[in-house]
Amino acid sequence: MAARSYPSNFLTTTIEKAARWARTQSMWPATFGLACCAIEMMATGAAHNDLARFGMEVFRASPRQADLMIVAGRVSQKMAPVLRQVYDQMPDPKWVISMGACASSGGMFNNYALVQGVDQVVPVDMYVPGCPPGPQSLMHGILTLQRMIVQGEHVSSGASS
Amino acid sequence: MSDETPTPTIDGEPEIVDIWLSGTEVPPTDEGAQEMAEEEPEARLREQLGSVVTDDYVDSEVAPEDERMIINMGPQHPSTHGVLRLQLELEGEIIRRSKPIIGYLHTGMEKTAETLTFAQGPTNVTRMDYLAPLHNELAYSLAVEQLLGIDVPPRAQAIRILMTELNRVSSHLVALATNGMDIGALSMMLYGFRERELILEFFEKTTGLRMNHNYIRPGGVAADLPPGWRRDVARIVETIPARIRDYDDLLRENPIWLSRTKGVGVITAEECRAYGITGPILRSTGVDWDLRKAFPYSGIDRYEFDVPTGTNGDVYDRYMIRMEEIRQSIRIVEQVAETMPKGDYRADDRKVTPPPRARIDESMEALIHHFKIFTEGFRVPPGETYVAVESPRGELGCYLVSVGEGRPWRMHIRAPSFYNLQALPVMMADTLVADTIATIASLDPVMGDVDR
Repeated sequence: MAARSYPSNFLTTTIEKAARWARTQSMWPATFGLACCAIEMMATGAAHNDLARFGMEVFRASPRQADLMIVAGRVSQKMAPVLRQVYDQMPDPKWVISMGACASSGGMFNNYALVQGVDQVVPVDMYVPGCPPGPQSLMHGILTLQRMIVQGEHVSSGASS
Repeated sequence: MSDETPTPTIDGEPEIVDIWLSGTEVPPTDEGAQEMAEEEPEARLREQLGSVVTDDYVDSEVAPEDERMIINMGPQHPSTHGVLRLQLELEGEIIRRSKPIIGYLHTGMEKTAETLTFAQGPTNVTRMDYLAPLHNELAYSLAVEQLLGIDVPPRAQAIRILMTELNRVSSHLVALATNGMDIGALSMMLYGFRERELILEFFEKTTGLRMNHNYIRPGGVAADLPPGWRRDVARIVETIPARIRDYDDLLRENPIWLSRTKGVGVITAEECRAYGITGPILRSTGVDWDLRKAFPYSGIDRYEFDVPTGTNGDVYDRYMIRMEEIRQSIRIVEQVAETMPKGDYRADDRKVTPPPRARIDESMEALIHHFKIFTEGFRVPPGETYVAVESPRGELGCYLVSVGEGRPWRMHIRAPSFYNLQALPVMMADTLVADTIATIASLDPVMGDVDR
């Protein structure tokens, strides 16, 4: 019987792990800039901080093409249904980052106009603190989420819906 | 005031009527608002949901109903600069009517201001126009100082001018970046944000934050300029004009840029006056109106600068004006850095500004003053005032009413973006739908400023 010959390099893995890795390396954010944090989100994507290093520079205008929603800014009562609709339009699996104090908890605006935390409207996977969080904070939040996904620590909040 | 007119009181505080009834004899009631709420809820709801477009603009040559199409743009759209929503009524490729719908970022900041002390106020207003936070703080602080009747030391004034003019540069850089990006000049986006980082680094060093600084406060500024500020400012003054020249080379004679911006989004001086439009939009029509010249604040009249104006009132002119304003602001910054006075960076009034840190360890009174200012704040004498500054977007005014308590009775911000947004239907009537984006970008609206 002739000995089988294999190519010199190969990897073995499980489908699950491969899928997780693939998801992590091309997380496309939806542009969902609301307020001050949106400017910092743009600064994160711009030349100085360069989010492209992590395969994430493709901010998608259409939620249909996006995996990650970065809620950047304060969510008003009027905006909340719009936000939910955009979230519902995103395909599974999907993740949500709540950027900044206002999106996370209403921040300093404890009044009639704001939703006191975007987690009342959509499930949130990662909270980034700050007012506004600097680009480094946002990148740290994104990278932490990526690490959690690739290690399987994190079950996507959107996958079950 | 006649005897019949009931004097409204707030928590037993009399004479409020003297403060806000400067124009009217009878206090306004909410009757009209209630009637409106009873009559119009359904119509208003339909309008909000986007099933009808209501507008008082009537075109003389209205196309048949079935040839018109209403499209909805926003509130989640990458090129509306925040959460602006537009309803466009199209006839083919031509916009016949348009209507901006706002309120998606309404944060209730004017109401929040009534629950914050005067010392906490800048924290709140700085988040309104988040591209020009220092201008918001300046307008608010000037209003409070005017009610208090206190003077600010020359160094604090010079620091304020230095910081706000740098803020104008950073704001205009974002305007150029997003304007370029929207029209397709993508390099402008990267360049604009690159140069902005230079200024933000200095802001972070001085105020502790990249945005929303809470740096300019009633009585002066929060802290003195950091050691080595002259080197940082010199670097900005050196770098920015050279880079601006590069952008001008890139865009000024670029045929694509010219055809996308020349003769697009035109507005006339009369229309600007009618709608209360200020800032670069008004100046692009040839009106030489700048509050820094007309009503100088914080001693800005000590410095030399020019007010650029345009002629056509189109997108291109607004772009040119912003470019020139960056140069002029750098000119002011240069002069301020050269002539920075020595002295205190906040007023020496222990009832308003906190005592220096070292004094708290030595003096019981200083400790008490510090505690009082940061817990209940300081009281401001009753009165009303309106103070305006020239923000990168136009006249940014703060109307403040105090009844002698530690908190404002009412605060209103005259937000330039809110007024400038009214120009949109005028500019876009009977233009091509492709020019919408260029027009919005040239208005440079900040929705935080519009909705507050």
